[in-house]
Amino acid sequence: MAATNKKWVMMTAAAALAASTAWTGAFAQEEGPIKVGILHSLSGTMAISETTLKDVMLMLIEQQNEKGGLLGRQLEPVVVDIASDWPLAAEKARELIEVEEVDAVFGCWTSVCRKSVLPVFEELNSLMFYPVQYEGEESQRNVFYTGASPNQQAIPAVDYLMNEVGVERWVLAGTDYVYPQTTNKILEQYLKDAGVADEDIMINYTPFGHSDWQTIVSDIKTFGSSGKPTAVVSTINGDANVPFYRELGNQGIDAVDIPVVAFSVGEEELAGLDTAPLVGHLAAWNYFMSVDTPENAEFIEAWHAFIGDEERVTNDPMEAHYIGFNMWVAAVEKAGSTEPDAVIENIVGVEVPNLTGGTAVMLPNHHITKPVLIGEIQADGQFDVVWETEDLVEGDAWSDFLPESAVLEADWTEPVMCGNFNTETQTCGSGS
Amino acid sequence: MTVDRAIARCVAGFAFLLMSLIAAFAQEETIPPGSPAIDLLRQLPEGSFRERGEVIGALADTGEVALVPILRALEAGSLFVVTETGQIVTTQADGDGVIATDVATGEEIGALASSAVEQIRVNNLIRREVRTAVSQLTLMSPNPARRIAAARDMYASANADSVETLDAALAAEDDDAVRAVMEEVRAVAILRSDASLEEFEAAVSTIVARGGSQSIGILQGALSTASEELQPTIQAGIAAIERNLALWNVAQNIWYGLSLGSVLLLAAIGLAITFGVMGVINMAHGEMVMLGAYTTFVVQQVIRTSYPELFDWSLAIALPLAFVVTGIVGIAIERGVIRFLYGRPLETLLATWGISLILQQSIRTIFGASNREVGNPSWMSGAFQFGGLSITNNRLWIIVFSLVVFAVLLFVMKKTALGLQMRAVTQNRRMASSMGIRTPFVDAMTFGLGSGIAGLAGVALSQISNVSPNLGQTYIIDSFMVVVFGGVGNLWGTLVGAMTLGVFNKFLEPYTGAVLAKVLVLVAIILFIQKRPRGLFALKGRAVEA
Repeated sequence: MAATNKKWVMMTAAAALAASTAWTGAFAQEEGPIKVGILHSLSGTMAISETTLKDVMLMLIEQQNEKGGLLGRQLEPVVVDIASDWPLAAEKARELIEVEEVDAVFGCWTSVCRKSVLPVFEELNSLMFYPVQYEGEESQRNVFYTGASPNQQAIPAVDYLMNEVGVERWVLAGTDYVYPQTTNKILEQYLKDAGVADEDIMINYTPFGHSDWQTIVSDIKTFGSSGKPTAVVSTINGDANVPFYRELGNQGIDAVDIPVVAFSVGEEELAGLDTAPLVGHLAAWNYFMSVDTPENAEFIEAWHAFIGDEERVTNDPMEAHYIGFNMWVAAVEKAGSTEPDAVIENIVGVEVPNLTGGTAVMLPNHHITKPVLIGEIQADGQFDVVWETEDLVEGDAWSDFLPESAVLEADWTEPVMCGNFNTETQTCGSGS
Repeated sequence: MTVDRAIARCVAGFAFLLMSLIAAFAQEETIPPGSPAIDLLRQLPEGSFRERGEVIGALADTGEVALVPILRALEAGSLFVVTETGQIVTTQADGDGVIATDVATGEEIGALASSAVEQIRVNNLIRREVRTAVSQLTLMSPNPARRIAAARDMYASANADSVETLDAALAAEDDDAVRAVMEEVRAVAILRSDASLEEFEAAVSTIVARGGSQSIGILQGALSTASEELQPTIQAGIAAIERNLALWNVAQNIWYGLSLGSVLLLAAIGLAITFGVMGVINMAHGEMVMLGAYTTFVVQQVIRTSYPELFDWSLAIALPLAFVVTGIVGIAIERGVIRFLYGRPLETLLATWGISLILQQSIRTIFGASNREVGNPSWMSGAFQFGGLSITNNRLWIIVFSLVVFAVLLFVMKKTALGLQMRAVTQNRRMASSMGIRTPFVDAMTFGLGSGIAGLAGVALSQISNVSPNLGQTYIIDSFMVVVFGGVGNLWGTLVGAMTLGVFNKFLEPYTGAVLAKVLVLVAIILFIQKRPRGLFALKGRAVEA
């Protein structure tokens, strides 16, 4: 009897406990704020680029809350600093999902950061929005790539130089890591397919933060003095750009002789530079601050008001966060829930306006449609758009110019449901 | 200083006078009414860049010299179109609106709202066309320097059609310097035309005499179209230029090496004091360099807002300030942290590394994470040609500056009382103390001196590098590398070490690429340290053990 009694007591207690947890749980889900994780480096080497992205996320969340939040609940940002340390990024991602219980994460800049946190999002089945142009060759169920893939940036830029400017010799200069190497591999193949001879392509890699560009710039000068129009396609990363452009200016190479088209130099990077010697050099992006649309004007005004500094610029990855955040909001509203599975199911096909007057659509491969703009650097540090694609370009996860990935497709809708579907064998490759 | 300024003022005044004269002269020249150029000008804002490029070509063909300032304005992006009337104008700001001047007639149209005019957009294609057009138009200019520049601009675009223009220009030319350049351009034009055999041969020899990598390109271009008999002549020409270039290449590599060496020397020289002389493993050394660079930024910021005419002096003003700022920070670090840790290298390493992180993050909090713009004063921009070498001014000044800093530091260490005390304390602290030297004071001063020198380096490095909170990290490894390689405790070792590493690196780079060159240099240093653990110039005698 005593035993039974005790058993009863325990069972009631357990039931009560369970009920109370369920109740508080339910309460939290219905009434508490929706948490949004922001996973950017606020210290270390990448802080230079990523701090701004954290600020823009805070602004977007604040704006959404002013509009009444999401599903009638307020949004609450949870900011963590990954300190440019990639193993730490994975830990922080886990902390955001498991401890803070965020419903979506916006973050990372470098590809190595994305690759480090990817397994965490897969394992814990959460959502990640990645806002930076990258090398492609990837598509994952839990990740949404709101930056450009190579066919939305690198390939159109080369097309512009080849067809509009008439460039025949190419220098592919990049920092020695995965994004430039993959991009250059794709570009090299693309150029060769277009009939460019081997001796007309020069590929050069430099270490991170390279500061002594004398030899390389003088090599480029020699390479470009053959009489054929020459251009530099630069995938040089962040910090190394300032000394690179300075050396170009000092050695008297100007954009009329050898234009440099950069994929990692935007308004933010130019802010640390005297741009007078750089006028006419190019950048390929999907957004420029100078684009004249009402949406953009409104965005810039809101940004200046939020950050309290009229001098601050906007750039492409900021637009990517703007698009990604709005897509997530739209998908959550459509699904009526913040559950990752529901959002993943509903987000494909979601359309939101971008800042350049078009619409961004989330594609089945978790990339989005974007316009491609080529801008020339102006003396005031802004870009003047000299060329743009007529239509929006669909992001392609697997490059068509690399033989091993040309046969792959990513499609996260039924019936394929896979990130690397081989169209020849009609099977999914291993992994994601 | 006052005399300098007076002279500067005179020169500036004279230049202004000259410019206004030129401006007045240019103003007088207008396009005669009825010229086809007037209609062509109106087509400038319309159509695609390519169509507008053709309009510029047609403008050049009118031979109207009055077009030159207009084309230059177009290139600079200061040409506008009045949206309503289609007039092409230049503008001057006037309150909220602008005052527009019609470029075709030279008449002032009067005040307009800024929204009534639209800038005529230019891109590289337009800029190239403008340059060709301007050189075509100025080939007959009364100013010889302009004629040379015009001829030079034609190297790339010269073709069979240019021969005629050039012949006319040559016939009228009596300045030898201009003739020489024109002859060269004419040779280029001949090579791209179907001229007779003799003319071709003469052109090849002219180009060979000119030399340079551009000439190789021109000859190679000619090689593909030239007839059978000419092939050997051209090939011999190319070979001759290449031999010449190879020689200059060696010289160029040495120059680049010295330049890289001077940067390494600057970065390392402060560390040669704090680590080399005092033996403190100072991980915060890079941050002293960074503080120096930020001091330059602040100085330039103040100058930009309050005294823009002093901009060319900004570095001279920043130098003493950077020395003082970083020196004081250095003394504070020594007094506050390091003095408790003498003789405990591991703790010193950790403590100074912590300090470096604190400094980085404070700078990030104060100035923001992004790069800050530090401008080059005019005397540090640009480059000049010395034989086959192209020497950039900023690199030249940095080499000079690094050697001056080195010489001053050497003087302080060898010839002053403070230097003597520093050496005494580091060689035998207890003995020095019993001789009445205030060792704590000397320690603080030595560390302050090392940090101050690092601050000076920061001023120089701000001219070639990013000014960001990470600036120091870029240089810290290199600095230790140089000091260890050169021999700890020996200033001359630091000098020779820096230059050796610089030249070695630059000779490797063309063969191995920048990434592998850096790796090979590190491997070489590791091997070298195995053989000579105390570096290039090891200290000898009892001092070593103290």
